[in-house]
Amino acid sequence: MRAFAALLDGLATTQSRNRKTALLGRYFRDASDPDRGWALAALTDGLPIRVSLRRMLAGLTSRFIDPVLYKMSRDYVGDTAETVALLWPDRANAGEGPSLDTVVQAMASGTTAERTEALGRILDSLDPSGRWAVLKLIGGAPRVGVSARLARTALAEAFDRDVNDIEDIWHALEAPYSDLFQWLEGRADKPDPGLRPVFRPVMLAHPIEDDDWPKLDAKDFSAEWKWDGIRVQISARGGEVRMFSRQGDDISIAFPEIRSAFAMQTCVADGELLVMRDGVIAPFNDLQQRLNRKTVTAKMLREYPAHVRLYDLLFVDDEDLRASSFDSRRARLEAWHVEHQPPLTDLSQLVAFESFDALHTVWSSARDDGIEGLMLKRRDSVYQAGRVKGQWFKWKRAALTLDCVMMYAQRGSGKRSSFYSDYTFGVWRDGSEGQRELVPVGKAYSGFTDDELKQLDRWIRANTTETFGPVRAVSPGLVLEVAFDALQKSARHKSGVAMRFPRIHRIRWDKPASEAETLETVMAMLGQSTAVPDQPASPPSTLI
Amino acid sequence: MAQSVERWLYPTEHGLFCEPGGFYIDPHRPVDRAIITHGHGDHARSGHGAVLATPETIAIMKVRYGETCAGAFQSLALREPITMNGVEVSLAPAGHILGSAQIVMTWAGRRAVVSGDYKRASDPTCEAFELVPCDVFVTEATFGLPVFRHEVAANEVHKLFRSMAAEQSRTHLIGAYGLGKCQRMIRLIRDAGYDKPIYLHGAMVALTHLYQQLGIALGDVRPVAHEDPKAFVGGIVLCPPSAIGDRWSRRFNDPVSVFASGWMRIRGRARQRGVELPLVVSDHADWPELIATIQETSAGEIWVTHGREDALVYHLSTLGITARALKLVGRDDDEDA
Repeated sequence: MRAFAALLDGLATTQSRNRKTALLGRYFRDASDPDRGWALAALTDGLPIRVSLRRMLAGLTSRFIDPVLYKMSRDYVGDTAETVALLWPDRANAGEGPSLDTVVQAMASGTTAERTEALGRILDSLDPSGRWAVLKLIGGAPRVGVSARLARTALAEAFDRDVNDIEDIWHALEAPYSDLFQWLEGRADKPDPGLRPVFRPVMLAHPIEDDDWPKLDAKDFSAEWKWDGIRVQISARGGEVRMFSRQGDDISIAFPEIRSAFAMQTCVADGELLVMRDGVIAPFNDLQQRLNRKTVTAKMLREYPAHVRLYDLLFVDDEDLRASSFDSRRARLEAWHVEHQPPLTDLSQLVAFESFDALHTVWSSARDDGIEGLMLKRRDSVYQAGRVKGQWFKWKRAALTLDCVMMYAQRGSGKRSSFYSDYTFGVWRDGSEGQRELVPVGKAYSGFTDDELKQLDRWIRANTTETFGPVRAVSPGLVLEVAFDALQKSARHKSGVAMRFPRIHRIRWDKPASEAETLETVMAMLGQSTAVPDQPASPPSTLI
Repeated sequence: MAQSVERWLYPTEHGLFCEPGGFYIDPHRPVDRAIITHGHGDHARSGHGAVLATPETIAIMKVRYGETCAGAFQSLALREPITMNGVEVSLAPAGHILGSAQIVMTWAGRRAVVSGDYKRASDPTCEAFELVPCDVFVTEATFGLPVFRHEVAANEVHKLFRSMAAEQSRTHLIGAYGLGKCQRMIRLIRDAGYDKPIYLHGAMVALTHLYQQLGIALGDVRPVAHEDPKAFVGGIVLCPPSAIGDRWSRRFNDPVSVFASGWMRIRGRARQRGVELPLVVSDHADWPELIATIQETSAGEIWVTHGREDALVYHLSTLGITARALKLVGRDDDEDA
């Protein structure tokens, strides 16, 4: 247990991605089976144990701590597992403690009472760090700043493999992954995914740059809208359906309606997950209500109905289409969709165009809320994992910009720690006493060079009016031209609006703060972008 | 006839006041006569008419605030009783930092002890805490929650050495409170056998030199300024906790940020501060020390000052010990403890 506890401790206090990868790699190479497999499970899909840690801990803690003191401690520490780990009485014999496998086996079977007693004995044999690690292990979601994708990437790097080779089979594997480790160490063949639905690493697009255009020929490309949802992959086989994010995280548990929609299919398809009501795409904010959830209520299903707009087909029945061209996959997708018509889906329509100039007109007139821009896909592109050069491009709709005034600055982390690199900015409105006041509309931490960061940092230190921990309030004296993709109504922001993807476009050292925008102007923009729901170029929404 | 202590020792807007003695203890505003428990900024302030304290505390105040930071100084050695307007006063070691003392007051048949900040764990830079039986014991509660159980400091230093062995190309930048913790860390590192130079942030130099003058051996300590940046690689630098995130720290290439504090027992605290290597080393009593000390004094009444007094007062009540929170203004929450 000590090595695993040291790993979690290290991950929890390290900000650097490289260092996290190194810590994970060292652990995966050095630890033995099946412990390292259980550790991998804890950091990715969770352990196959279903225990109510809360109930077990309530029974155990009441034996040695007064409930009032427990509650005060829990409130102060902010984390149940850590509170219990710290409060648990230290025993003289605490040391290496049990293996991960012993812990998993003890939690995997028996009555709640038996498992509670077993947990008590395990905690008795550990020091505070070990106790914390055990509680994190069986509590699920250790929250040590490691995504499932990062854990798999570190695993691949530790054994000099391509992470996509792991992703390819990942969802067919089961903890503690001994077949996976055997293959990684060269002691066995690559595990066969068999008949389970698995994630296929997705193909991604490059943003198109000005100097790309002359090199491209319009007739080589197919265009379609880029939707403002999240990229998903649906993998269905033998009645089992999984939906993955583009990182390969299984998000299907919170989308039962999509699982049923594909229950009859055998396919792997890419598309955009959206919330859609009466054929109209809801704002991204609505989709966010459905994301990052472990359960879903009937009310959520009703109020935020999910929908998948499909745009690629990787497998159909057991035929792998990835080596065929985009055009031919598209033809197969259309034919397949007509034949099966899975509910809650439609196809992302292609946008016809004669020339890039004509396409530019279409692109620049698209103001529909659900559209982020256009995708250009080379007609002969085969489906390859990752961001392959020159194949797919994303052409984001021209950003909107606003001149805002910097209000607060916060220290960054990692490379930028000690620099003030996160900026909250606002626009003017009339205050209660007839004076103009600033009201925040967004926060951005990108879009400037390292040199500009230094200049901004200097300006902030010289113009600080108040300090709250890592945050400084500054006097209203610096105009930031902020670019963003869209404005949304927001009840969370005092101003009533929120920006989507805000970033610093230019620093207007020259412009007086008093000439920055007003909230009135911003509200008028918000009105405009929602008042024109459908441009001619928008696709029909009648395929459902 | 014994008189209830709260009739002659009570909080005022200037601080805790001993009425028959005519003096305040650790007042946070300037007063005519003050007795100071120890040199930390929230206990020792400048501008008093007369200050009574241990010789070490007076020396520390003079370094921090200047020779004339009080109208007059009277130094009193530990365990030497004097009488102030009929109140018998003596100082007992508190084990917190160099010069730290508990104020023992006896009047009208009752004894009160104001402990200031204290700890029971061993500390090679100051005299160990001495228990004084009393009727009223005034205690701090900085770590007044049962989750706080400090580690053995020497083990934490070994944790530092293990990290240094694993990260030989990086500088270990240790955030530590500039008075007491800084010098204790240096001494612990020396006692563990490290004899290379240890580098200091400018704000720590004067007090560290004072410790050395007062007889605490700290070995080769050097200011960071003017040193060749190469000297820090693989080495140890001490700085105030706030300097770790400040521009000052940019001179070190990718340092390991270390923080030596009792708060480091809580992972969230370490993460909030971006601390890579938390060391649980504290100059305050942890929960078991607080409870044990309070019980050992056999005091009939406990007054709890700054910190998490709610939990301590509650717990003492369940043990049948009379306790109440004493609201003193101007006391820090000791974020860097």
